[in-house]
Amino acid sequence: MRKTILLLALGLGAGSATLAQKSATESIEEYRAMLADGNPADLFEAKGEALWKQARGPKNASVERCDLGKGPGVVKGAFVELPRYFADTGKVQDLESRLVTCMETLQGFDGKAIAQTPFNQGEQNNVTALATWVAAESKGMKFNLPQSHTQERVAYEVGKRLFFMRGGPHDFSCASCHGEEGKRIRLQDLPVLTKNPGNGVGFAAWPAYRVSNGQMWSMQQRLNDCYRQQRFPYPIFGSDALTALSTYLGVNAQGAVSAVPTIKR
Amino acid sequence: MADPMRIRAQASGSSAVVRVLMSHEMESGQRKDAAGKTIPAWHITDVTATHNGKTVMTAEWGPAVSKNPFLQFTIKGAKAGDKIGISWKDNKGDSRTDEAVVS
Repeated sequence: MRKTILLLALGLGAGSATLAQKSATESIEEYRAMLADGNPADLFEAKGEALWKQARGPKNASVERCDLGKGPGVVKGAFVELPRYFADTGKVQDLESRLVTCMETLQGFDGKAIAQTPFNQGEQNNVTALATWVAAESKGMKFNLPQSHTQERVAYEVGKRLFFMRGGPHDFSCASCHGEEGKRIRLQDLPVLTKNPGNGVGFAAWPAYRVSNGQMWSMQQRLNDCYRQQRFPYPIFGSDALTALSTYLGVNAQGAVSAVPTIKR
Repeated sequence: MADPMRIRAQASGSSAVVRVLMSHEMESGQRKDAAGKTIPAWHITDVTATHNGKTVMTAEWGPAVSKNPFLQFTIKGAKAGDKIGISWKDNKGDSRTDEAVVS
């Protein structure tokens, strides 16, 4: 009899532990839902929209005629088809690097100088704001990255290898955290990025506003910080490596609905 | 000059719910930069809300309010078409006023 009670007590203990854990993730979800109502990403979106039309830079021109893959000036639906191959630059480009190209060709900015500017400083702020607005214009649309050009397929393959490439002092790869179900960092559930992780998750969630530091993060910065967490040297902004990785994630997310801009911890 | 606010005001029954997002650094004055020097405080100190030009709420804010703050409140008796004005002042003397119409 005593044994039964003991077992029962143990059972109860284990039961309440899992219950408490579940409610922790649930309350985080609740917290996010509350924040989502006043997502400060809206501010960056508004800023990006104004920047799109504003005449700036050495040429005192706007980026309104920027070709994001669907023709000059077409914004709606462009985000869910990026990265893609651009004939004028002869490269596969993601949203941020394409915006820098437009700032270079249309406005006369120095693209290299922008790429070397740290995130959340100077012109990088404007690139992120523009990216936020452009991405938000495709909210609710499904990812459908083109894979018809050879370079696009090459980018996917390179991205895949980068995703599984282990290295650094921790011998980590992207796949160490994002390759199987049920992984998390502290209370952050990590999406599996080798397949479509679902609507508004992973690739379909960035640019996002980070509540903890009050910063708007583009996908470039998200990937950059993943590399920092792996204790890897960070790839350069707009580099082929990051574009390839984005292509891999984007193609895997085929059919996922974009929820951008989202709000994160 | 400061970036614009985002104001949404929605009538429900005999009142209206106003939601405001302000763009501000809200530096607390407690943080230090990479060189170890204190980053001076820079935050909103006064917030005023008006309903058709009449002040309905004033607030004094301090350094504990977050960056890019979100403010939500209800105005009794406000209906669709009414004008809602929000203004803030910060400790550097900068200010911003934006308006929205209740929908």
